[in-house]
Amino acid sequence: MSFFRFGYILGLIIGALWGAIIVIVIAISFSLLTGEPITPSLTGAMPTGAIVALLVILRRPNISLFFQTILIGLISIILLTLFRFAQPLGIPLWQNSLTQILGLIFFAFALVWPLTKFFNELPIGKLTRHEFEEAIIRFLMGFGYLFFILIVAIPFFIMVMTSLKSQQALLLNPLDYSLDISRGWALFRSYIELFNDYSFGNYLINSFFVSIITVLVTLLFSVPGAYAVARLRFKGQAIMSRSILLIYMVPMIVLALPIYIAFSMVGLRNSIFGILLIYPVTTIPVALYMLQGYFRGLPFEVEEAGLMDGLTRLKVIWQITLPLSLPAIASVSLYVFMIAWNELLLAFMLLDDPSKFTLTRGVAMLNSSEIPRQHLMAGSVIATIPIMLIFLGLERFMTKGLTAGSVKG
Amino acid sequence: MNSNSPPNNIGPLQKREAKLAWRMLAPTIISIALVVILPLLAIFWISFKPIGLADLRPPTPSAYERIRGDLTNAGDKAILEYRLRNSSRTHSILDVSMSDIIPSGLTILQLDERCSLDGSKLSCNLGDWEAGYNEKMQMPVTANQVFIDSKFNLNETKAKLKGKTSSILFNFTFTFDNFIYLFDAREFWGVIGVTIFYATFGTIGALVVGLFAAMLLNRNFRGQGFLRGLFLFPYVAPVIAVAFTWVTLFDPFSGSANSLLIQMKVISEPFNFFGEKPQALIMVTLFEVWRYFPMSFLFILARMQSINSDIYEAADMDGASPFQKFYYLSLPQLMGILSVLFLLRFIWTFNKFDDIFLLTGGNAGTRTLTVNVYEQAFAISNIGAGAAVAVVIFIILVIFSIFFFKLLSKEEGL
Repeated sequence: MSFFRFGYILGLIIGALWGAIIVIVIAISFSLLTGEPITPSLTGAMPTGAIVALLVILRRPNISLFFQTILIGLISIILLTLFRFAQPLGIPLWQNSLTQILGLIFFAFALVWPLTKFFNELPIGKLTRHEFEEAIIRFLMGFGYLFFILIVAIPFFIMVMTSLKSQQALLLNPLDYSLDISRGWALFRSYIELFNDYSFGNYLINSFFVSIITVLVTLLFSVPGAYAVARLRFKGQAIMSRSILLIYMVPMIVLALPIYIAFSMVGLRNSIFGILLIYPVTTIPVALYMLQGYFRGLPFEVEEAGLMDGLTRLKVIWQITLPLSLPAIASVSLYVFMIAWNELLLAFMLLDDPSKFTLTRGVAMLNSSEIPRQHLMAGSVIATIPIMLIFLGLERFMTKGLTAGSVKG
Repeated sequence: MNSNSPPNNIGPLQKREAKLAWRMLAPTIISIALVVILPLLAIFWISFKPIGLADLRPPTPSAYERIRGDLTNAGDKAILEYRLRNSSRTHSILDVSMSDIIPSGLTILQLDERCSLDGSKLSCNLGDWEAGYNEKMQMPVTANQVFIDSKFNLNETKAKLKGKTSSILFNFTFTFDNFIYLFDAREFWGVIGVTIFYATFGTIGALVVGLFAAMLLNRNFRGQGFLRGLFLFPYVAPVIAVAFTWVTLFDPFSGSANSLLIQMKVISEPFNFFGEKPQALIMVTLFEVWRYFPMSFLFILARMQSINSDIYEAADMDGASPFQKFYYLSLPQLMGILSVLFLLRFIWTFNKFDDIFLLTGGNAGTRTLTVNVYEQAFAISNIGAGAAVAVVIFIILVIFSIFFFKLLSKEEGL
């Protein structure tokens, strides 16, 4: 390892790697955004990155750092142009000059700015272990941000953009996700057809109805249960609090088979009511587990004072515990809503009648060779948007609540 | 002497508290018993039964009645025919009886010996019907003018049939056939191997990626909240939406991933990501990692933020390097949550059905145990075999859970 522990060696390696990463990211982004086939050139970007990294490390604090950085950015463009034989982006400079210049400025920025962060105050010569590892960690972090943003954003980007395209356009050039704004409202054709011809409006209502009822029933059952497990002393308390989680480990498919048989025999298949009999029970254990964790954390003294003042237990729960645990209840509700909204297996097995589908079941119906892909993606977007909006609005609760029940402070 | 020790017997207050506790838990316990425990017992029962999807519909006797011959003038003779059928080709029906109303104006000349006529009410005792029973019971009839004028439709008064059926589901014959069939099939061990691969690497991957993501966000900077929300997207979106997006993205013909790779000259021919053997399993495992890293990330981040920063300051004083701080300080503190997460996620991944079902349908060497339950029960229509797979899953899970609770008790002090 000590061989690498020199500023210039580390700079060369990280610079080259970062150059490669940037050029690949730019190629992928530009391809997906414009549909133009852009080939990333590692042979151009890696040496450029390596040299630029050295220049970044060699910056001197006695001249304006900002000025030096701009200069290095310009140098990076010149270097890339040289290494790629005057075609920095793989096409001659006189084609689409303006776009290319913008692209090059973007390249220079994405290459140089992070490198200045990685190598902040890094000496060119021998490095201490601290400086060495710090630089590597900063590089890994930079890579991490890019990596995560891309792997999360690309599938959702593809989902939305595919839903706005036509089948022929996609088959013609699977990379072209640029939008033809001139089509105006016709862009949303898939959505309009889903709502008009496939009654997705109904499915949306069904899904909301099922999810909200599931949340209410789950709370109704799990709040008293959680309170009992968390606060009251009775034989079997310890077993109870454990078996709750155990229930949550039974796979749904194992239960779905007997439920399917029983529902077939009593005629509950194909009814929203039948779905509503099952959904809450699948969410009660986890809700109970999360809530009891939260209840345990509440100070018992307040409740004791209530009891002393002559409140009954149920009144204590209603007037003291519940108001105190509103954040937990919000997060449990959100989580249960999410489970119910996203549930597919039971809906898929139990619902056959298209007039009673939930949204996820409706999207599953669209997965057929006769229905064009953009309809499937539009259905997916319709199923995703409500839960995303609710989630983004209440994310704070979600994060807190999910972890509150199980993480010791 | 004993008066110093606390009372051993349960006082009335405590009794009341216990009673209240059970009353508050009752709705949960009852509902879980009905929807979880009962089906679990049922699946054990079914796994010992030779039962297919078709057996769920109980065998029913049916009769189709019609007049053969011409009844145009009063006094014409014809044949009243009941076509009797057992709907099941595999099961018999016992003690079948039929009753029907003979419309006025139609006179039966000769009754079938199994039948009797009381006014206009015809009742027959048709005895036992074996599987696939099919008979045409014919009786000569004559009609008067009233009947002919009325253009009577015989099926307006439907013949009613009754019979005793014994559904295999409820009788007491058991068999080990399902299990023998399962363990004899060589592919079953393949299925177990695939499940273990998927669960192990899916879990480890989600944990490692989640840990990485948590380290990225375990610092204060502008946009931290935004990134945290973004990182949770795969976990929050409906599985069906993201799974189909992956299928679209990696489609061998119209997928962007393929055209991107071809254009970058990484591959020269379209690569069938979800359709061929080794890579399909890797792809579904990657999907699992992608979809569930946010969950690990959330838990790990919460734990990281609760670590006291004093120890890091002390380490800085002692000149510890960043990697040393991570290895000797952070990791031991995170070990607890990491091992709990590993077990939880392992069990959940082991239980996962939707993801693989949507991505590959269990084809191309991606059939896990849960997908096998569905395949056996609904694709091959062998419910008994499906139930047997479910029983195998359940037994494996019980073993996991024992480990899990040993660990959880240590971690949580429950």
